Amino acid sequence: MAESERNKVVGTMTRALNAAWVRPFLFLIFIVVLWDVTIRVFRIPAYQIPSPGDVLAVLKTEWPELLRQSWPTTYATICGFLLSAVFGIPVAMLIAGSKTVESYVYPLLVFSQSVPKIAIAPLFVVWFGFGIIPKVIAAFLLGFFPVVVSAVQGFKSVDPDMVDLARAMQGSRFAVFRAVNLPHAMPAIFAGLKVSVTLAVVGAVVGEFVGSNSGIGYVMQRSIGTFDLPTMFAALVILALLGVILFWVVDRIERLVIPWHVSQREIIFAS
Amino acid sequence: MKAVTKAAADQAGAHLRLVSDRAAGNSASGIKLSGVSKTYRSRDGDVPSLRPLDFHINEGEFFVVVGPSGCGKSTLLKMISGLLPPTTGEILVEGEQVTKPHGNVGIVFQNALLLPWRNILSNVMLPIDMKKLPRDKFLPRAKELLKLVGLEGFEKKLPWQLSGGMQQRASICRALVHDPKIMLMDEPFGALDAMTREKMNVELMRIQRETGKTVLLITHSIPEAVFLADRVLVMTERPGAIAAIYDVPLPRPRSLDAMADPVFTELVQRIRKHFFTQSSLD
Repeated sequence: MAESERNKVVGTMTRALNAAWVRPFLFLIFIVVLWDVTIRVFRIPAYQIPSPGDVLAVLKTEWPELLRQSWPTTYATICGFLLSAVFGIPVAMLIAGSKTVESYVYPLLVFSQSVPKIAIAPLFVVWFGFGIIPKVIAAFLLGFFPVVVSAVQGFKSVDPDMVDLARAMQGSRFAVFRAVNLPHAMPAIFAGLKVSVTLAVVGAVVGEFVGSNSGIGYVMQRSIGTFDLPTMFAALVILALLGVILFWVVDRIERLVIPWHVSQREIIFAS
Repeated sequence: MKAVTKAAADQAGAHLRLVSDRAAGNSASGIKLSGVSKTYRSRDGDVPSLRPLDFHINEGEFFVVVGPSGCGKSTLLKMISGLLPPTTGEILVEGEQVTKPHGNVGIVFQNALLLPWRNILSNVMLPIDMKKLPRDKFLPRAKELLKLVGLEGFEKKLPWQLSGGMQQRASICRALVHDPKIMLMDEPFGALDAMTREKMNVELMRIQRETGKTVLLITHSIPEAVFLADRVLVMTERPGAIAAIYDVPLPRPRSLDAMADPVFTELVQRIRKHFFTQSSLD
């Protein structure tokens, strides 16, 4: 009896340890331990790499300040991301829908991607001052491209027979687009949005680096200036968290919007 | 060309007639092609796809086109549905010249092409949405069609939850839901395994009999063509032209046993010869 009871407990624990959401945490713990051990074994001085303990301590004591500073960053990220979705998807529609637009716009778009955004970010500060706008623009510029590329790919990969079928039923251009092309492109669009949202975080931070007096990027900039590495690492952790949360939100929305997609099939079974 | 086919006709048995004696019926019904050809323009110049075709498909007829791949069969289908304008000649469907998609056709492709985000029932309803017809009026019909093909109870399933044969049945329902006069089928069972394919052929014949549609079916398989058809049109290699049109004098309804009928085997042999003599010329 006691034996089976214990087996049950062990079984529950194994299941808990194997749950999908636990795995990244286990891996994270492994990395943190490795980090700590490496510092101890190689005697890396704290002014080069702080120990995980120091970073945790800063996170704990500086939490209110870090949280306060993360709002402007989050805000700029979301604004930039939404802009890249709002502009990226229609631009992709135009590119995929018209050979003429594609030949004019697409090469330039790719060309513009090779311009280092970080280098031109100060320009936005010159134009728009130290407010939120340069950050939003930087986030938008980084997030825009992946949305366009994925969405173009999505719109173009529609089976032409499927479009013909809908057209033969006298569907108007718009009706066919809404019934066939757009839903078909949704998975690709979401793939682009997921890349875009994480890049938008980077964009916002870049914006804060070059000219801002608030935000996590500003905290990082300041702490590097004073060799306050634990704070800088704590800021990095916050940024990573921000990226993960935003990514997760987009992922959730994706599941709501395209529950039919191959990647979501298990969920249909489960529910 | 004409002379050769005529000569072949004389050798044929009494029941094997080249160039069918079912004379062009009332041209106000069915499908009528006169001098229809198609030439694609490409960078390397014009590529002829179809040489001028003249034939007439009667209303309610099961008309099958066989031909080697790339002989322009699919082009033919697109032109009849109004998706592609012919380079020369004219196509009449129910007496009306085809210039743009007319919606009086149901199309079935080799792949079922069901939209993965719509359940089976609303996939079948796609033509209704496209034509902006009243949904509630056609919903019972869609359900009835699904019942006819044995998909009752699968209305709310998503396409991937069905087997290939079932998906193709659903796509046949989709082709019929708006009650078109004509069904155009482009190798509809080409992607299915041999056993399912035979079953689907029997099924299709039953559906055609029950709905009385005019069917134009394209296939690579000669036995399939002879088994299904009232008339078989044999096409030459690219650019496609009519090599011959055969009547199939097998009685209806046909079962798979019809394939053992000497009439069937002889006709299959005869049609097969078209392709052998052609390829030996290459």
